[in-house]
Amino acid sequence: MYDSPKVLLGLVIFLVLITFPIWYNIAGGTAEYVPELEKPVKGENCVADTEYMRSSHMDLLNTWRNEVVRDGDRVYTAPDGKKYNKSLSQTCLDCHSNKEGFCDKCHDYLKIEPYCWDCHIIPGKEMK
Amino acid sequence: MLEKALSGDKRYWTWIAFLLLVIGVGTLAYLKQYNEGLGITGLSRDVTWGFYIAQLTFLVGVAASAVMVVLPYYLHNFKAFGKITILGEFLAIASVIMCMTFVFVDLGQPTRMVNMFLYPSLNSVLFWDSVVLSVYLLLNLLISWVMLGAEKKDIAPPKWIKPLIYLSIPWAVSIHTVTAFLYSGLAARPFWLSAVIAPRFLASAFAAGPALLIIICMLLRKLTKFDAGDKAIDKLAVIMTYAMSINIFLILMELFTALYSGIPEHISHFEYLFLGIGDKTALVPWMWFSIFLAIVSLIILHFPKLRANYNLLALGSVAVFFSIWIDKGMGMVVTGFVPNPLGIVTEYLPTLPEVLITIGIYALGALIVTGLYKIALAVKEKAA
Amino acid sequence: MAVDRRKFLKAAGLVAFGVAASPLTSAAQEVDSLNLIKPEELLQEKPLTAKRWAMVIDLKKCLDHENVKDCAKACHEEHNVPFFDNPKDEIKWIWDEEFHNAFHEANHEHIAEKYHHIKVPVLCNHCDNPPCVRVCPTQATWRREKDGIVMMDWHRCIGCRYCIVACPYGSRSFNWRDPRPHIEKINENFPRRMRGVVEKCTFCEERLAKGQIPACVEVAKNDAIVFGDLEDPNSKVRELLRERFSLRRKAALGTQPEVYYLV
Repeated sequence: MYDSPKVLLGLVIFLVLITFPIWYNIAGGTAEYVPELEKPVKGENCVADTEYMRSSHMDLLNTWRNEVVRDGDRVYTAPDGKKYNKSLSQTCLDCHSNKEGFCDKCHDYLKIEPYCWDCHIIPGKEMK
Repeated sequence: MLEKALSGDKRYWTWIAFLLLVIGVGTLAYLKQYNEGLGITGLSRDVTWGFYIAQLTFLVGVAASAVMVVLPYYLHNFKAFGKITILGEFLAIASVIMCMTFVFVDLGQPTRMVNMFLYPSLNSVLFWDSVVLSVYLLLNLLISWVMLGAEKKDIAPPKWIKPLIYLSIPWAVSIHTVTAFLYSGLAARPFWLSAVIAPRFLASAFAAGPALLIIICMLLRKLTKFDAGDKAIDKLAVIMTYAMSINIFLILMELFTALYSGIPEHISHFEYLFLGIGDKTALVPWMWFSIFLAIVSLIILHFPKLRANYNLLALGSVAVFFSIWIDKGMGMVVTGFVPNPLGIVTEYLPTLPEVLITIGIYALGALIVTGLYKIALAVKEKAA
Repeated sequence: MAVDRRKFLKAAGLVAFGVAASPLTSAAQEVDSLNLIKPEELLQEKPLTAKRWAMVIDLKKCLDHENVKDCAKACHEEHNVPFFDNPKDEIKWIWDEEFHNAFHEANHEHIAEKYHHIKVPVLCNHCDNPPCVRVCPTQATWRREKDGIVMMDWHRCIGCRYCIVACPYGSRSFNWRDPRPHIEKINENFPRRMRGVVEKCTFCEERLAKGQIPACVEVAKNDAIVFGDLEDPNSKVRELLRERFSLRRKAALGTQPEVYYLV
């Protein structure tokens, strides 16, 4: 390989640069930070257990939207046998009415920008 | 072999820089469209396809026309095309890439383009069009690269490439047939509801493609040491002459059927195209200019003495190319929408951003052609 | 209250199959005045179902232009359809059209004067053999087997507009620009759209699921629009089609439109 010291040096600089945010957060002590989510105001339990909802709520929502839009199937039966209307704005947000403190907080932390709300309306929050 | 595209004189790099600049301007225009939506084009509720899809239709033809050099060379062993077969194949590659880019910029939700393959609908011609175009691109990439590689090493090409070359011949016909089916199977649009759309597309393609190749060969003669040879150019001119004549014949067939049958829904589109409806005449001057160019080209091409004069042949080729570009592009696509299915006349003209994006995509095509031709010519120069 | 409403909605289900529309209109407005429909209540509503939904529009009653305009207004408000001030960007699910545009093959020079004054409500015909569905490359629009409604999936649509090209009725609109700033009054129970997707009438599929008849049928006065099951021989739509002469738009194209117009 030609110029191997130079190539290796370049690689090292590159690696340091792209991992910089990690070192920065460790040095600043903010790496441990996890956002505190606001608990829902009402409702005893969610449509599925917390672990599943935390990791896979987007899959559930995607399944729901497909079943509602494409199959016209609007009723979801939870593992505990309770029935729900498959609706983000009407079922999910009915309990999690504090979207900023719940959905947004975690999405912002992870820098995820779901476009659900571009079209779906947060009940009572629309300006116009 | 790719490195051969990276060495050139000042003229070469100036041309590359110019193309990159035009692509840059087109990209900026596209970013504007991406952020604001297709509302910045001249398209409307009534005319939903326009300049972009017109270019797609025209360029699928240019891509398919590679078969006009591939077929005589590989099937009929017409040796004079040996030098320019690769030029035809490389032109096809650039054209297919331009086609795909035009489809992409025409989408309202371009980031969802993969849905076409995630949820394929076997009954949609658009799905099949994207399939045949992709396969045609792969075929041409593979064939041209293998054949050029063999030429570079001065060895015989591998045997397995022959069947693929034979496959590419009907495949070229298929891409343009499927593109014609995009239009000719729609009950909603009487202007396109015609069995001769596919034959007409093929005829116009086999005229416009060779026209472009003749112009390219003449330019290469002027600008480089590459000479396609008179025999190849003359043969291309004959192909172009026949194809253009058949194309005009088919257009006249369309006119006869519409006008003699007297069905208002069929006549109204031709009326809009050639005469205008009321004060709506946006396409009329373009269409008559296309007819004028067609007549000029037919006069030049049909007299072997005139055709033999390369200045006139160049003029004839340019005339064929632009006549078909107008007729098969805007003339074919936009007129299908005017009047709309309710009989309402809404006109369409592309806006500035739309034109800039289009020119940008043509510059991208030119860049690809330039790079590929640079490689081909370098290989051929060394081999010779 | 909730019980009353459920009772009413069951009644509305019957009405949809044909009984007089006037008591329906007043009661239905009551539903609108309620706020959000709570999920648990929704689950108990009985959806309106049919083997083949169809619509019968009485042209005689379309001389009342206000009536036709009200239908369009109700639909567009219900579905957050944006309003654009120019025909280029326009989005329309149902609108009023001149007779000679809606039915050119039925029009002639000496046609009765009144046809010049009719505003024909036109919308998606929910064809049995829909060309738009045939051409869609992503299955973003499809015909629902259970009741024949031609649906749209706005999450799936890539905005190629082939369906608009294929529709012989001009019933589909494309979001050329961001529709959201152009919605005059937002209905919280229905989503908006993003730019770059195609939209059209869905026979109020979301209302049927809640046991409500389509918005335009609900506000149309004098039974101008009747909605029901074409497969049910006892339905009001079948009765009307039996008793009176009807037209369908461009029936010769073989699309089998399921919106009928009584002459």
